[in-house]
Amino acid sequence: MSLTQQDIDREIAARHAAYEKRLADGAPVEHHPRRDYTPYRSSVLRHPVQPPVAIDSAQDPELVELYSPAFGERDITEIDNDLTRHHRGEPVGERITVSGRLLDRAGRPVRGQLIEIWQANSAGRYAHRREQHDAPLDPNFTGAGRTLTDAEGRYRFTTIQPGPYPWRNHVNAWRPAHIHFSVFGAAFTQRLVTQMYFPNDPLFPYDPILQSVTDDAARQRLIATYDHGLSVPEFSLGYHWDIVLDGPSATWTEEGR
Amino acid sequence: MTKTDTSGPEQVPPTPSHTVGPFYGYALPFRGGEDIAPLGHRDTITVHGYVLDGAGEPLPDALVELWGPRPDGTVPQVDGSLRRDPATGGHLGRNGVEFTGWGRSQTDADGHWYARTLRPGVRGRGAPYLSVCVFARGLLMHLFTRIYLPGDEAALAADPLLVRVGDRRDTLIAGDEGEGAYRFDIRLQGEGETVFLEYR
Repeated sequence: MSLTQQDIDREIAARHAAYEKRLADGAPVEHHPRRDYTPYRSSVLRHPVQPPVAIDSAQDPELVELYSPAFGERDITEIDNDLTRHHRGEPVGERITVSGRLLDRAGRPVRGQLIEIWQANSAGRYAHRREQHDAPLDPNFTGAGRTLTDAEGRYRFTTIQPGPYPWRNHVNAWRPAHIHFSVFGAAFTQRLVTQMYFPNDPLFPYDPILQSVTDDAARQRLIATYDHGLSVPEFSLGYHWDIVLDGPSATWTEEGR
Repeated sequence: MTKTDTSGPEQVPPTPSHTVGPFYGYALPFRGGEDIAPLGHRDTITVHGYVLDGAGEPLPDALVELWGPRPDGTVPQVDGSLRRDPATGGHLGRNGVEFTGWGRSQTDADGHWYARTLRPGVRGRGAPYLSVCVFARGLLMHLFTRIYLPGDEAALAADPLLVRVGDRRDTLIAGDEGEGAYRFDIRLQGEGETVFLEYR
């Protein structure tokens, strides 16, 4: 018996309704997905059953987790943030510019930290050997890049609009187009890996990975905004996406939180 | 709503986490990611183990990051973990001299990961440990845990976290294999489930 989109839709709706009820009963907003979100089937055997043990960092400001690994100019090259220039030829697809700020929960910029991205090409194919989606590879596009945030916490990438692609969560499962982000903050506790989506993608309601964020406002924060001011004349369309990191840091503690 | 208003006095809401997915392998792992210790350093230890799911099956697509202090307990603020080569666009690897304290290891087809790093020194109120962050396909948000090393039983017995977790403490203490090698399996679910942490 194969799993259909309708089956997954029902599970997504049930999890969403359960969250709305918890909220109505006074439970806190959930900004992150629950790891046991079973509409995403790969999570079934890969989530802990025991609740996490809370570490109150204010009790021990010396914790190594309150500090971040450091990254510098030698960890990137000048064109690492321009994914259209990593091969001899031009990649196929629509060029885009993705830019925004890296912030902590107090709204302060996170400076000099590493942002890594990876994505499918314009046809929806990853440059990964295990990827078997029958769409063409692009010899001029790998789809991996990195950058350091500047003094105002800003980052900027030039890349190609990724395509949506099928996967095997259920029959006719398709991922909305997205770019994977891996981000370091002011502390190791703020480590984040996530995915950025593009506005108005018709696949959003069908995707159990995006819908694993059951809070409506939180889910919107994964979707970039088209920003004409970031579009480069005769070259690329611009998208703005700010990233806000959760979790305490050493500076956080010093300021009395 | 992806331009963040930072003008107000309130906290800004965070960007939600998502899974790392199955295809990070050409983007995140890097040459020398597992070899954190400077070459020939006398405090070098090897930590290694398997990442296992709720059925006890190893994960061939998990990513383990380690972060720890120097043997004297100080925190390195040294870049150069993933030095890049501007000529080829590839990775140069570490320089084998400086200690950045941070590394990244992906599990192999057997679900096995390893890292060579420096024995962490004591900081703050607890026994020394390495901080661990685990990512995997199927894991919607990364998991933090810690690797404590066996040996100083008095320090382990007094560690605030190890005391709190009671009989689950053994999931946080690596097995001593001798010659500076330690075994640390990460069980995501089920019997012997590793203690995972949430920082507040």
